[in-house]
This record gives sequence, structure tokens and C-alpha cells, in this order.
Amino acid sequence: MSGVRVLVGTKKGAFVLTADGKRKNWDVSGPHFGGWEMYHLKGSPVDPNRVYASQTSGWFGQLIQRSNDGGKTWEPVNNKFAYDGIPGTHQWYDGTPHPWEFKRVWHLEPSLTDPDTVYAGVEDGALFRSTDGAQSWQELSGLRKHGTGPRWQPGAGGLCLHTILLDPTNPGRIYIAISAAGAFRTDDGGETWKPINRGLHSQYIPDPNAEVGHCVHHIAMHPSRPNVLFMQKHWDVMRSDDGGDTWQEVSGNLPTDFGFAIDVHAHEPETLYVVPIKSDSEHYPIDGKLQVHRSRTGGNEWEAMTRGLPQKDCYVNVLRDAMSVDSLDECGVYFGTTGGQVYCSADAGDSWSPILRDLPAVLSVEVQTLR
Amino acid sequence: MTSTVRIELPAHLRTLAGVGREVSIEVEGTATLRSAIDALEARYPMLRGTIRDQVTLQRRPFLRFFACQEDLSHDSPDTPLPDAIALGREPLIVLGAIAGG
Repeated sequence: MSGVRVLVGTKKGAFVLTADGKRKNWDVSGPHFGGWEMYHLKGSPVDPNRVYASQTSGWFGQLIQRSNDGGKTWEPVNNKFAYDGIPGTHQWYDGTPHPWEFKRVWHLEPSLTDPDTVYAGVEDGALFRSTDGAQSWQELSGLRKHGTGPRWQPGAGGLCLHTILLDPTNPGRIYIAISAAGAFRTDDGGETWKPINRGLHSQYIPDPNAEVGHCVHHIAMHPSRPNVLFMQKHWDVMRSDDGGDTWQEVSGNLPTDFGFAIDVHAHEPETLYVVPIKSDSEHYPIDGKLQVHRSRTGGNEWEAMTRGLPQKDCYVNVLRDAMSVDSLDECGVYFGTTGGQVYCSADAGDSWSPILRDLPAVLSVEVQTLR
Repeated sequence: MTSTVRIELPAHLRTLAGVGREVSIEVEGTATLRSAIDALEARYPMLRGTIRDQVTLQRRPFLRFFACQEDLSHDSPDTPLPDAIALGREPLIVLGAIAGG
């Protein structure tokens, strides 16, 4: 029988939530790695029982954990992320040069074809790859060294590489995004990279249309149309129909176009989800009403999804990696909040119910569809 | 020359390594912070990177080294540890800062 497994990373541990295809009754396992910040967990599309997790701490640094049984048991694997060569400098917040320093892994992206290959997006902004099940890591340094690296500047959360999208139709093509450098693409498996930020407009930087320097919060892609990208930028929801070469704003009638999370329906490539957040100085929903906004037109026209979500006194945030979808016949949509709630919609966003209400602040949510 | 150094670990690292409050480590040559942590990491590879940065080998800022009621955190890693540590009479304490939320 089909079912789902939801991998939840929180500020104080990881949780694994499982349910059958009805998505009504949940089994909760955890906390795993209690007390540690679990930035991200993600399973291999080839072998769903192979799960990678980023475990980090201000005291003890970065660990990578690997599971071969769907998150029941874990083993620590290699955690040495050494930049290739002399790393040089990027810009600090005040515009002065600052040495590249590894801080943590924000996102792990397992390969679409090989369970032992996994990509890691790290702070300070760089992309690493392991081809041996995370027993060793090599930087794909063409990204950091392609030329604009010395101009990259951290966002408020750090110079984090938080988005990695693998093109299922073209093994050479990878999209990544860095706050606050922007989006980048390789077409040769990570050897060479180019910025893909044309059309982004950021009023808060010296040149609002600069080649790099945009605070991209997250990018989503439907696997059937890998040339079409949807972006939640710091402000603005954007869309590209040419693999990131150009972008158009599709914020439309959103009540605010600031936010972090964005995702695409599993079966409808023009159906999008965002969680509008009031502003970059407040980081909570407008008027205390938690709303997912859905567009069925690829952007511009949005409708508020509120059934089952708190519509008063709710002042949580939904972080960039804290939304995911399953691919059951009726697409399920999931998100976690900084207030520790994990919500599920088993009807593509029409109605919502909490799976859990009292976890630590949720940093990431990933869903595996099990058949 | 081999000495047995006792090392006391913070709670999260005990969990990670699957050990109790204190471990005893065989250290080859002169017992120093460097040789003691090298030996600890060789015995418990999962601790690599958690006490010292993997690349720079610098002590993590929120951890400190104490021994014999002295703070050794800013000593050279190659300074010989006090006799009481090298002879196993007292533990080398790896202490996490009481901070955070």
C-alpha cells in the first residue's frame, strides 16, 4: 500500500512522520539527534531508505548522518568540507573582503540516479558532491571560482547555498541558489557555472538589476518541465520559462510578495504554492492569519488557502526548505513553521490539518512518497 | 613512550561517540593537546570536526580545554600537558560553553 514519510528537521532534532495514503493517522519517530540543529534531511529518489541528514551545532560544528533504513537508524559519515585550493574572499556585510569559511550544510540533494551520489549546499556559499555515500566530499569549485564569487555578500542568515535542483532530463544541468548572490546554472555537471539573474530586480542593493547580489530565497521546479523555474525572492515571486536565462515577476495579487517557501504541485506543473510573509522586518503572516496561497495559472492569479490554518493570533514563519509535496494521486502539500507546527493538506491545499503542533522550530520538511 | 590520558567529554559528544562521561585514550609520545585530541579522533572518528575544525585544526570557539583547574584553551597545542594529566591522575576536560537557546 502506498504511503508517505515526512522528514522534518528542527532546531532541536529530527522527526520522521509516516502515514498511509489517507494521510490521517501519523506515526511519529524522534527526536533523532535531540538538541542538534537539523537543517535538512532528504531521501534518495532511487533508494528511499537511503536518507541523508545535516546535523549541526554552534558548539560542535557540522556532522552528516546517513540512514539505510528510512531513518530508523543512522550512522555518522564524513563531515570534512574543505574548499578547493585557497578559498579567497567574498564580501562581508559592510562590503569589506571576508575569507571564505565553512560553517554548515543547509541542503542535501541526493542524485536522481545513484543513491551514493549526493550534493551539499553549504555556508559560506559553495557546492560539494560525494559519490561514495558521503564517505568523502569534493567541492565543485567552478561555482565559487567562476568570477563573481568575490562580490557575493551574505544575506541575514549567512552566505548560504540553500537550493539545488537537478534536471531529470539533462544530467549535466544543475540549478543552485545562494543568499544573497542569486541563482546560478551549470550545463556540464558542475565544471562551469553562470549567473542566471536577468530580470530580477532588488531595490535594496546598489544596482537593482545587478548580475549577482539578489537575495533568492528558494526555487522550485516541476520534474516534467525542468526549463520552467519558480522563485520566491526576498521580495517578488518570479518565473522563468527558459532555464533561468530570463525571469518575469508573477507576484500578481498576492497580499505580500515577501516569503521563503515555494513549491509546485506534483501533477500540475502550473500549480504553485507560496506562504506570504508580511515583510523582511517582521517575518510573520499578515494580521496573524496563516495562509498558503495557490496559483493554478503558473503565477499572477493567487487564491488564499485558509481552511484548517489559524486565522488569528498566528505569528510564525515558514522557512525556505520547510515546504514539500508528495506525489500520491491526490497531491499532498506539507509545511512546517517556526512555531513547531507541521501541517498537511491531503487535497492539494484546499484544506489543512496539523500533523504535530509542538515541535521545536521547523527548519525543513521533505516528503517521500512510498509505493 | 605511551601514556593513558583520561578525557571528559560534553554530553552531546558522549552521545555521538556512544561513550560515558570519560574516555581513556592511549597517547603515543609526549601528551599534548594535539596528540591527545589526535588519539581521541583516531579512536572515535565520529568526533572529527566536533572539537577542532577539520581543516584549520583550530579549537571550536564554544569549546574550551581545562586541566588541573587551569584553562589550557589558549596554550599552544604542542605544549606538554601537566603531569597529572599525562599520568592519568586527572582528566583533560573538554567543556562546552553554557550558552545558547
